[in-house]
Amino acid sequence: MINIYEVNETNAMIERENLDVRTITMGISLLDCADSDLEKVKNNIYNKITSTAKDLVKTGQDIEKEFGIPIVNKRISITPISLIGQAACHTPEDYVEIAGALDRAAHEVGVNFIGGYSAIVSKGMTRNDELLIRSIPEALSKTERICSSVNVGSTKTGINMDAVRLLGDIIKDTAFKTKDNDSLGCAKFVALCNAPDDNPFMAGAFHGVSEADVIINVGVSGPGVVKYALQNLKNADFEVLCETIKKTAFKITRVGQLVAQEASKRLGVPFGIIDLSLAPTPAVGDSVAEILEEIGLERAGAPGTTAALALLNDQVKKGGVMASSYVGGLSGAFIPVSEDQGMIDAVKAGSLTIEKLEAMTCVCSVGLDMIAIPGDTKAETISGIIADEAAIGMVNQKTTAVRIIPAFGKKAGDVVEFGGLLGYAPVMPVNSFDCSTFVNRGGRIPAPIHSFKN
Amino acid sequence: MNKVIITVVGKDTVGIIAKVCTYLADSHINILDISQTIVQEYFNMMMIVDANKSDKDISQIISDLDRIGGEIGVVIKCQREEIFDKMHRI
Repeated sequence: MINIYEVNETNAMIERENLDVRTITMGISLLDCADSDLEKVKNNIYNKITSTAKDLVKTGQDIEKEFGIPIVNKRISITPISLIGQAACHTPEDYVEIAGALDRAAHEVGVNFIGGYSAIVSKGMTRNDELLIRSIPEALSKTERICSSVNVGSTKTGINMDAVRLLGDIIKDTAFKTKDNDSLGCAKFVALCNAPDDNPFMAGAFHGVSEADVIINVGVSGPGVVKYALQNLKNADFEVLCETIKKTAFKITRVGQLVAQEASKRLGVPFGIIDLSLAPTPAVGDSVAEILEEIGLERAGAPGTTAALALLNDQVKKGGVMASSYVGGLSGAFIPVSEDQGMIDAVKAGSLTIEKLEAMTCVCSVGLDMIAIPGDTKAETISGIIADEAAIGMVNQKTTAVRIIPAFGKKAGDVVEFGGLLGYAPVMPVNSFDCSTFVNRGGRIPAPIHSFKN
Repeated sequence: MNKVIITVVGKDTVGIIAKVCTYLADSHINILDISQTIVQEYFNMMMIVDANKSDKDISQIISDLDRIGGEIGVVIKCQREEIFDKMHRI
């Protein structure tokens, strides 16, 4: 039987070390909502989401109460909207109308984000993919709860550089259209490479076409728990360090697995995957950067950071895989700057640069995440940054992403404030040498040689 | 079996266990195990109970115990056993 020490350990993780389940995300296929009439598409989408997810938030709250574990977010991911609007949308404005219907549905069921205002263009763009992409700035400025993503490349297809180039302009325009809120729209858009179909985390969540009609995916968290577990191991060797992280990750993930199974049972929806991620929040003590400091770095960004992060990421997976029956999504440590107090401090102290963050993305999920850059950064430079990240993902057969905010009117050293879980971020300087000739070439970068496995 | 873990943490005072046990008895909740320690004058108790025969649902029990905790100045948490079982047992 469970003893008092085990009970106290679990409750200390929840109360003192910020253990929570980061998100229950219901994936909903909207493929059956397509129609050639825009009004019908909007109604179909609204009706399907509000009927399928009507009990999602309540169920999440019940589980929270009964098990005493916070479930921070209840969210929805949907089929990439470029597909659903294919027959009905003839202009970017038509897609913005669908965004409005999605936002209303999100408000109705009480979820804080709905992800999947997306296009998958890893090899080429259809006319509708391009219409959706061009609608993103308007859609994100006119809605509150929509998250958008574009998959610009994959190991199998190479990188669609036409899309990468276009996204530079789209991100700049989104920053401008949401300038009154510190360019908040850009915090809800991500460019991906090797995007998974079952990711429960925003902004990149969408419900891929390979998925069932409805599914429950759960994202775990718990950087604070790992940090506390490492606090007494200052002089331990790597074996002890890694074992401790692995065991802690196991415990964290088991809670996620329990919540996922309960949610799946109560909602009558199949369980999809657990996303084994260390997802930080701006709360002190809930930081991936602070884990790196516990491992032995003065600040995140110091030499050794990439190795420490690689070790952390790998042990989290090794512990988590054993704890869950299905693992998927992004599964890795997140290193968003604005959502992690330790990362913010490292940037302010001059320890962490965009280039070091880029190196770190080679060994963890997901990419350059929640990084504010000067508002006058050129669109071509943003495209260059996306191309670099996509190349890391393509060559290393992993997901990478760019969620970058060229904060309108801000310069390096200023601070942008997004609020809530999105946090705040110091504006980081960007290498200002030009890459326009490179990104303007047009076409696509071929798939790497090691992708040809047949 | 619908096992529930009740934890009580707070400043030690007369009658904490009595209050909690009275409520449990009135609610037809059977106590399976109790452990209790006092750390630096702080009362720390854990009970494993079986709420199967209770006429109240778990949500009601959680709210009631939370209220009783407030009345006697301690924190009473009530959680389904599976969260501990999953975390600490393979």
